[in-house]
Amino acid sequence: MALAKRIIPCLDCDKGRVVKGVKFLDIRDAGDPVEIAKRYSDAGADEITFLDITASSEGRETTVKTVEAIASQVFIPLTVGGGIRTLEDIRTMLNAGADKVSINTAAVTNPEFVREAAQRFGSQCIVVAVDAKKVSAEGEADRWEIFTHGGRKSTGLDAIDWVRRMVDYGAGEILLTSMDRDGTKIGFDLALNRAVSEAVDVPVIASGGVGNLQHLVDGVLEGGADAVLAASIFHFGEFSIPQAKQFMAEQGITMRLDIN
Amino acid sequence: MNNVAVIDYGMGNLHSVAKAMESLCKDVRVDVTSDAGRILAADRIIFPGVGAIRDCMAEIRRLGIDTIVSEAVRQGKPVLAICVGMQALMDSSEENGHVDCLGLLPGTVKRFGGDQGLLDADGNRLKVPHMGWNCVQQRRSHPLWQGIADNSRFYFVHSYFVAPDDTSQVAGATEYGHEFAAALSKDSLFAVQFHPEKSQHSGLQLLNNFLHWNGTGSTN
Repeated sequence: MALAKRIIPCLDCDKGRVVKGVKFLDIRDAGDPVEIAKRYSDAGADEITFLDITASSEGRETTVKTVEAIASQVFIPLTVGGGIRTLEDIRTMLNAGADKVSINTAAVTNPEFVREAAQRFGSQCIVVAVDAKKVSAEGEADRWEIFTHGGRKSTGLDAIDWVRRMVDYGAGEILLTSMDRDGTKIGFDLALNRAVSEAVDVPVIASGGVGNLQHLVDGVLEGGADAVLAASIFHFGEFSIPQAKQFMAEQGITMRLDIN
Repeated sequence: MNNVAVIDYGMGNLHSVAKAMESLCKDVRVDVTSDAGRILAADRIIFPGVGAIRDCMAEIRRLGIDTIVSEAVRQGKPVLAICVGMQALMDSSEENGHVDCLGLLPGTVKRFGGDQGLLDADGNRLKVPHMGWNCVQQRRSHPLWQGIADNSRFYFVHSYFVAPDDTSQVAGATEYGHEFAAALSKDSLFAVQFHPEKSQHSGLQLLNNFLHWNGTGSTN
């Protein structure tokens, strides 16, 4: 009887369509985020993260409609990220039915934005997404820096100092992605996860590198994660959410198993 | 027609709770409003709230709706308070220094952990906010618990919790470092710290029970 660790499937969307491929065998339209979000929710996902990678402003209007449609049918928490730069962007997404917004680049370019956002809307809905990459050499003490632009651009910011600062400014949760592991399927960067989790009081979501169910377990038990985010292992039907939850529970992790 | 007023005082996502109720029942009409007359004309009232309590209380007072909930309860109208809405019912909150609240239920709102931090039974540090799915132990039977198994999980997100003076008002309790009141009930008022509109089947069941509750049957 304790707080459960969370599994969060992530949908990457462009102009209202899920990209990066979703290959459920029995789904009518594999690109429809509403249908996919509903499917994950029915399967026992604890939250949904919707990451908007749309570049154009017309496309973003589609995103708002999609968020509205998901929020009308899926009654679990919904986080929306991608292109959140102004207080108005946050208001738009919360009004559309998002429970939290995830701020990434805008936090780096203007850290005060996080403070203003948390003051205006409350820390509970402000997630700061952090893309970190290891910069220490072999044999040196571990050190990670914050990167932007999909891991291509270094900011020179130390990852641990940065997350502490973001929480101090009012971030209610940290979404931590290892750019070294993203897409590799070799597991989370557990040392990074543990360092961040120990540095801050707020929950940390581990992301980047999941290839199998043991990786999810390691993220929680060794990385100290409060939640694990994954896309491809669920999208391609390699593993189902109930399977992942069962596996994690068998390793002694508290999970929400009975969703009825 | 089942008319539900959702009190709108500019704090947070009211879309979800309205949509959740509309998904449950065809003949429900949800009015998201800050108009005192419309609120009191509804069959039942939802008092939501997210964000900082000081801002919530300031808006409630600015809109002149600080007596609405007590008036509704006096009339025996079913009222469901959610999250910061529940906290606003208490005497005061220690958030933002000290904030005087509505004083409908005796007790205060305190922060998890304080300066010492928060530990579980095994001595592990617990994160604040308390965020995610936790079990709610039903302390007594109530029409709003109907069809919901004891210890079902609901979705929480909060850094402050309600400490009621009158423990007989606790309808549900949850453990996070220590036990706290997850649900309070008094007459036609039911208050929950979790978000039923985000708690999938159990949450929708609770909202459905609320839509069919006549405000009586509370056992205290």
